[in-house]
Amino acid sequence: MTKILINNGRIIDPANNIDAIGPVCIADGKIVSVLEHAADFTPEQIIDASSQIVCPGFVDLSVRLREPGHTQKGNILSETRAALSAGVTSLCLPPDTKPCIDSPAVVEFIKDKAEKADYPQIHSIGALTQRLAGSELSAMFALKQAGCIAVSNASEPLGNLLILRRAMEYAATHDLLLMYRANEAALSGKGCAHEGAVASRYGLPGIPEAAESIALAQCLELAELTGCRVHISQISCKQSVIKLQQAKKYGLNVTADVAIHQLHLTEDNITPFDSNYHVLPPLRSAIDRQYLREGLVNGTIDAICSDHQPHDLDAKLGAFPETEAGVAALETLLPLTLALTQQHRIGLSQAIANLTCKPAHILGLASGVLTPGSAADVCIFDPQANWPVNRDNWLSAGCNTPYWQQTLTGRVTHTLLAGKPVYRLVELP
Amino acid sequence: MTRHIQLTEQGKLKHFLTIEGLDKELLTEILDTAESFAGMSEHQVKKVPLLRGKTIVNLFFENSTRTRTTFELAATRLSADVLSMNIATSATSKGESLLDTIHNLEAMHVDMFVVRHALSGAAHFIAQHTAPHISVINAGDGQHAHPTQAMLDMFTIRQHKKQFEGLKVAIVGDILHSRVARSQILALNTLGVAEVRVIAPKTLLPAQVKTMGVIPMHDMDEGLDDVDVVIMLRLQKERMNSAFLPSESEFFRCFGLTEAKLKRAKADAIVMHPGPINRGVEIASSVADGPQSVILQQVSNGVAVRMAIMSMAMHSQGGAA
Repeated sequence: MTKILINNGRIIDPANNIDAIGPVCIADGKIVSVLEHAADFTPEQIIDASSQIVCPGFVDLSVRLREPGHTQKGNILSETRAALSAGVTSLCLPPDTKPCIDSPAVVEFIKDKAEKADYPQIHSIGALTQRLAGSELSAMFALKQAGCIAVSNASEPLGNLLILRRAMEYAATHDLLLMYRANEAALSGKGCAHEGAVASRYGLPGIPEAAESIALAQCLELAELTGCRVHISQISCKQSVIKLQQAKKYGLNVTADVAIHQLHLTEDNITPFDSNYHVLPPLRSAIDRQYLREGLVNGTIDAICSDHQPHDLDAKLGAFPETEAGVAALETLLPLTLALTQQHRIGLSQAIANLTCKPAHILGLASGVLTPGSAADVCIFDPQANWPVNRDNWLSAGCNTPYWQQTLTGRVTHTLLAGKPVYRLVELP
Repeated sequence: MTRHIQLTEQGKLKHFLTIEGLDKELLTEILDTAESFAGMSEHQVKKVPLLRGKTIVNLFFENSTRTRTTFELAATRLSADVLSMNIATSATSKGESLLDTIHNLEAMHVDMFVVRHALSGAAHFIAQHTAPHISVINAGDGQHAHPTQAMLDMFTIRQHKKQFEGLKVAIVGDILHSRVARSQILALNTLGVAEVRVIAPKTLLPAQVKTMGVIPMHDMDEGLDDVDVVIMLRLQKERMNSAFLPSESEFFRCFGLTEAKLKRAKADAIVMHPGPINRGVEIASSVADGPQSVILQQVSNGVAVRMAIMSMAMHSQGGAA
């Protein structure tokens, strides 16, 4: 395999406390040395990373690929191309595909497609219950054997707390991580917006914060009871941050992530009725956003994910409540994370940790680091590059982003997957 | 953005989707224009040729006899050709999308859509996606807005109270689900009333009602004290089924308007209701039919106010005769 030298870049590898300019040597798909030239190393390819940042490839905890089942919105090939252009080298696929990931056959199908797309690190999350219907446990052991990295019921509700308890006990039996989207369906109902000032004014069915924080509190109680390792996915509000902070202080083995858009946008953005801002959990108040940002800084929140949900045009055309929720977010993940570091006292190294070693650690993966000997999943980006979000610069099949036609700063120039250059930015003339 | 989409570059009304973003001057212009049409219904010839040759389509995705009829009447009196479509029972239930319906009608060269829809934001959505020469009038979208109803209510208030300054207004009942209340609150505050109170149990008030420029109250005696205008809202029967209220009779006991409760208001207070009325649920018959009730005048005023809004929106398009 090729020997590659990445030269003159600012290397940020949070897991190894590295933030310095120097070389990275890669051979046989693995990192050979960082900040020093390896002995007897004659590179066949040199990447000049002057004025760029070299970091581990990003590990995204929630990416909808829309395959199998929703290929009008995207497919494994289109969305993994978008992932590579965004520096994302490992991703978790939630189980709400069609058919859902509740049998080894579906896991195999995805694995096969992933190999054909040259993107092996799609980590399927198995369904917690059969058909995600919330009543009968899935064959979690078989799913784990087939390669599922965790279990989850995606956004689907569970029948009752007893089912959640049993599911957690059973997941713990097989040492499976539960990824839990905290949502008490009876309280969120048919809501499509935060139950705040904007929903009040516009007559939009609201979702109270308590719909999330009550479900979160119940899950934390059951984590204590069952010993199940729990990761809370895409939290959105102040009370969730507070409850997580208490649980962590108490010593509970729990982690959490936040979707990048929740760190930037609030309920005010949806006015008057822009369906590109229709997301679940909904965009909350400025106070909630402040707590989320602080939670990230103080470590209550462990990871940032894209919560990528590409949609076809029709899904977003209609009166706000009837449109489908979600944003296509892979390709804005890096620039929006960089914007946080510039505006809101989050260190660059910490922000990169939230995208790399921390989510990898949650999943028990060895990736997200540039440690010599580890697989060379590398992202190189230009933190100063401005680029307009438009069709020319966009690979996801879904264009449903609130940032469409805006200019963002920070762009991936190279992505390496196991030492192989798989993406290189081609500047338009 | 709401202002931008509703007004032309010259600040004239193009669409009428919500009261939000419209200033006092424009609302007053609507009321003044309506005033000039109001006398017309007593004439032998009830028509003016303002919109002759124009085609107006009433697109009702949700049934409503009263609102649709007044819109039809208003359009007819402006000499427009009117087509009313009940889409609740038509194309969209066969899988045709909202946008397909709109584009099909556009292809027939219509000039204005009057839209009623069960979802908040539907009128905005249609206005954003129609051809630039078409005006959209919101005849009620979900729980968001019903701005023509609010304007006819303002017209009725002005008839009786002459001006808005200093008025205390109470809106009573199901504020949470009411597009009428949302539009009334915006209109009353824009026109400069002294105070808007909303009186309801907590289950029927929006979560952040205080941010809407109103004083929330839960007691009728206190809430009606010294008010000039009492607006009662219709209580939908299905609210009993989803734990908003225990029963109609308990609601009437707490929030129903009776002669005794009305005595707390000013002696010359007027009583309004957007209709249709649930007698004995939100209002006692003796009050609905009593001397302070202006409920039927609201209905008559609906035609003049809708004529005003339709003709203003068409004029800004430069298309009126």
